[in-house]
Amino acid sequence: MCLAVPGKIISIDESNPEMRMARVKFGEAERDISVQWLEDVEAGDYILAHVGTALCKVDEKEAELTLRALREMWEAENGP
Amino acid sequence: MKHIDEYRDRELVLKLSERIAREISRSWNIMEICGGQTHTLMKYSLQQLLPQQINLIHGPGCPVCVTPVEMIDRAIELAMNPGVILASFGDMMRVPGSHTDLLEAKAKGADVRMVYAPLDALQQAMDHPDREVVFFAVGFETTAPAVAMTVREARRRQVPNFSVLVSHVRVPPAMEALLGSELNRIDGFLAAGHVCTVMGEAEYRPIAERYGVPIVITGFEPVDILLGLHTLIGMLEGGRNEVENAYTRSVRPEGNLQAKAIMGEVFDLTDRNWRGIGTIPSSGLRLSQDYEDFDALRRFSLKETQQAEPGVCMAGEILTGRKRPPQCSAFGSACTPEHPKGAPMVSSEGACAAYYAYGSAGEDPRPQESSINEH
Repeated sequence: MCLAVPGKIISIDESNPEMRMARVKFGEAERDISVQWLEDVEAGDYILAHVGTALCKVDEKEAELTLRALREMWEAENGP
Repeated sequence: MKHIDEYRDRELVLKLSERIAREISRSWNIMEICGGQTHTLMKYSLQQLLPQQINLIHGPGCPVCVTPVEMIDRAIELAMNPGVILASFGDMMRVPGSHTDLLEAKAKGADVRMVYAPLDALQQAMDHPDREVVFFAVGFETTAPAVAMTVREARRRQVPNFSVLVSHVRVPPAMEALLGSELNRIDGFLAAGHVCTVMGEAEYRPIAERYGVPIVITGFEPVDILLGLHTLIGMLEGGRNEVENAYTRSVRPEGNLQAKAIMGEVFDLTDRNWRGIGTIPSSGLRLSQDYEDFDALRRFSLKETQQAEPGVCMAGEILTGRKRPPQCSAFGSACTPEHPKGAPMVSSEGACAAYYAYGSAGEDPRPQESSINEH
């Protein structure tokens, strides 16, 4: 039930200010997702979608920091 | 796919599990709250990679599993009304009520429709103005905002034939119920990352402090789970009973303020009966007075009753981590996903369904007298 899937925003329809909708690509599939609760999103951003709504923007910087920390841990133990 | 594949990297998984094994000094009972995380553990056989000292207890974070029998019965009663279209998520279709389930009701002629999103149910109401459309709303704080948004949208668009049977539940009161039980042996929690995308970190801090347990907000891919476990083991070994976030790409400390605001506007807190567990104070959501016109209980004058769990299902012991699915006499024989005796075998997040789907590959091969280590 709490399954949420990351997808990439293709475009955002701002015509209804009460219900901003984005076209979002999930792998090969596309779907309309409400981005009503996210103010700082634009085409190209990744969001986490759940039952037709975007819960959050996926923070690219944080994702990179996490993966880099893991890789550095790996390299410190094994050499680059 | 980006933001998924990187977190399924086998080498990173192995590296993290080795590191956990090096750093652990004693046994710890760790509960992953969310059924989605239970499925990741089983699907990727992660328990087999972890040191023996980690005893993972599968938690009650499966909203379909904890939806009480009487709610299923009410949904079926509504669905059997010829003027009603009953819409819900696909997971709800096979959950047994007292006597039957929604799929059987559909086979008998009830108009039951699966929807992907609550807004799709509202669209059904607009497409069928001559019928009453009831959305059967289950889910944790992850799902409740989307339902709140739909109810508000129904009011804005003045859709008179739309209502909601609300059975939403909240995670923190369930954690407190588990921690307050005299049977409790939980040393630390992996908290449900997607719930926290909405709710943030704040409501977990008093729990960590009051009960002296560390809580790590954790994602759902294999690397995420091991990262959460690595963080938690560090806190347990160091005696730090705090809240940490191991899912920073998706969870902000404050959560999603707008989603929280709309939940607060549309819903009030209420006591809620959890299937197999019992009533937990303030653990449920109901429509607030402002939105009570959209309450299906009110619109159809449904009785508020409680029903006992039918048959052999030991959902309560499974959902509180006191038993593992294979310890149930019906598991895999009388109870299968095709013929479920209880909700944990139905839901895509149910622990029984996870053990059934991934079988011996995912199962912890270690002997389990009790699922909880005593120490």
